[in-house]
Amino acid sequence: MKISSQVNTEGFSTEHWYQVGRPALMVGGLLFLVLATVPFWGSGLVVDKLTTLFVYILLAVMWNLLAGYAGLVSVGQQAFLGLGGYFALRLVDIGMSPYPAFIVGALICALVALVISVFALRLKEGEFAIAMWVTAEVIRILVMFDPIVQGETGTSLLAMNQYAPELRRNINFWFGLLVVAGMLGLVLWLVNSRIGAAAQAIRDDEEAAKSIGIRVMRVKQIIFVVAAFGCALAGSLWLASSVTFQPRTYFGVQWTVFMLFMVLVGGLKTFEGPILGAIVFFLLQEFFGDYGAWYLAGLGVTAILFALYAPNGIWGEWQNRKGVRFLPTGVTLTLKNKE
Amino acid sequence: MLDAIIQGLLLGGYYAMLAAGLSLLFGVAKFINLAHGDLAILGAYLVLFGVKVLGLSPWLSVLLSLPIMGILGWLLQKYLFTRTQAAGFLLPLLVTFGLGAVLQNGLYGVFGSDTRSLANYIGDLSWDSWQLTDQISVGKLPVITFACAILVLAGLQLMLSFTRLGRAIRATASDPEAAELNGINANAVHCSVSAIAVMVTGLAGAFLAMRAQITPYDGPVQLIFAFEAVVIGGIGSLWGTLIGGIVLGISQSLGATLISAQWFQLTGHLVFLAVLTARFYSAIAHQRGGWRMFLKQSYFSITGSLPPKVTKTKIKNG
Repeated sequence: MKISSQVNTEGFSTEHWYQVGRPALMVGGLLFLVLATVPFWGSGLVVDKLTTLFVYILLAVMWNLLAGYAGLVSVGQQAFLGLGGYFALRLVDIGMSPYPAFIVGALICALVALVISVFALRLKEGEFAIAMWVTAEVIRILVMFDPIVQGETGTSLLAMNQYAPELRRNINFWFGLLVVAGMLGLVLWLVNSRIGAAAQAIRDDEEAAKSIGIRVMRVKQIIFVVAAFGCALAGSLWLASSVTFQPRTYFGVQWTVFMLFMVLVGGLKTFEGPILGAIVFFLLQEFFGDYGAWYLAGLGVTAILFALYAPNGIWGEWQNRKGVRFLPTGVTLTLKNKE
Repeated sequence: MLDAIIQGLLLGGYYAMLAAGLSLLFGVAKFINLAHGDLAILGAYLVLFGVKVLGLSPWLSVLLSLPIMGILGWLLQKYLFTRTQAAGFLLPLLVTFGLGAVLQNGLYGVFGSDTRSLANYIGDLSWDSWQLTDQISVGKLPVITFACAILVLAGLQLMLSFTRLGRAIRATASDPEAAELNGINANAVHCSVSAIAVMVTGLAGAFLAMRAQITPYDGPVQLIFAFEAVVIGGIGSLWGTLIGGIVLGISQSLGATLISAQWFQLTGHLVFLAVLTARFYSAIAHQRGGWRMFLKQSYFSITGSLPPKVTKTKIKNG
């Protein structure tokens, strides 16, 4: 099927997302190449900070995929973040080397998500949200039974010590960069595919979507599993850079607070918004993170204010006001009536 | 064992009181308040503030905290929840979750991380108990909590059944627009419900603080317990909430006694998930002509053969 951006016979022009988004995609690709060279000229601190930013971006994009595109608000995504870390620990424990273990661990996590999805996705709205939270709690308690985790104390991924600190930092960075680029690409493709369109239709009206033949359960499952996979990768990336694993931290509900904040501030239902939100969150964390509880309360207040007064987030509002789009998503055709 | 069941039953009273507000708000305003547990903790800290800083007696402090919580509930509904409800299900979840984060960290900012309890201020009550038989004794505080929960639920039920406000609430719950046509101010009803719900939740929080140590970050766990009680008992029924609370309490208490202390929360969660799954599959089974037919079909769908034709002929005949 060949569709050009020229006016066609029916009297309207069509534009595919990749036609509109070509400059943005090229800038993105360039940015990827520039970022890949950072370890050669940037300081260790910069490399470390950017790795942290990658984790935030990954989490925000995954949560937006789930809540923004599929309408599945989960407050239990920390389950997969924690499990990602846990499976990596376990796999390393039976002799796998760390980085393959991160990937394989995330894949196992995706399988677990598939099992969870069978019952969780039957639930609607708020029930789904809290059932996911309970699931995360159950998984945390079960993980804490494992002797290598040592209950509340947690453990460390000692295998990371085989790499010299400098090298480890750089490998983590490249691993994170690859993972982020890969997942961003996957999400961009997904939301522009039939699955993405179906997911958005389900979000807007599930009954209507079902009535035109969308396989609601299948579509939700795909989104859910991809989001879980991404969160698991974020968890293993976090484990790679922090080395320690404490169940309370990894399975803490604060991750969901962060994801909520990043997505709401950046822009729910847009592709670029969560990335911007992650950068905003990262900067806030840098400057105000030391204020502890009051800073976190401030994040909550900001998220509420955005939800009430700018539900499209910074990016969404800006986009609506200026009418420009860098990477339009959703339904991939831009129809322009000639009349 | 019997002892564990009795303790669980009494604990269930507390859960019922905690869950009543959540159930009420969900039943009438149709949204799940994710800050529910944090409001309970806020109520507890309010009572603690009255006792510690103002030097009031604990019970007077509880009494004074109730209207404050009520007003807070009214304001929250009026200025926060109403705004979000107009925009679908997404915003109420996001906003109440954000509110929870604000409450937790705000309380932490004001009161610090020390665990606190009212236990020291209520004298004998915190440890006194009645001896039932040689082996079994029940604490006075759990019994009072349970009795209080029954009173609160009965009061709510009477209010819903027999008062003007109750009628308005029931009407708004079943159809807000039709209620408005009949001269009911649905917004005001929602505000009243929220006020009552938050008040009861604050009371539950006060009882929690008498029974246990609390920290500003205990809210989420309480929300989960409340939600589990509501779901186990069936959404939208106050007495169902009591039964749900009792089932939750007993399963936690049995899990903790029979297996190990770590299983206290886990058994509760597992029972909750089991009830949720069972309810879902019974709905499907009902659609497909009863459990037997459903199981048969599932068996065939797994083994790869066609589903039995019995259902099809049945439909044709009907």
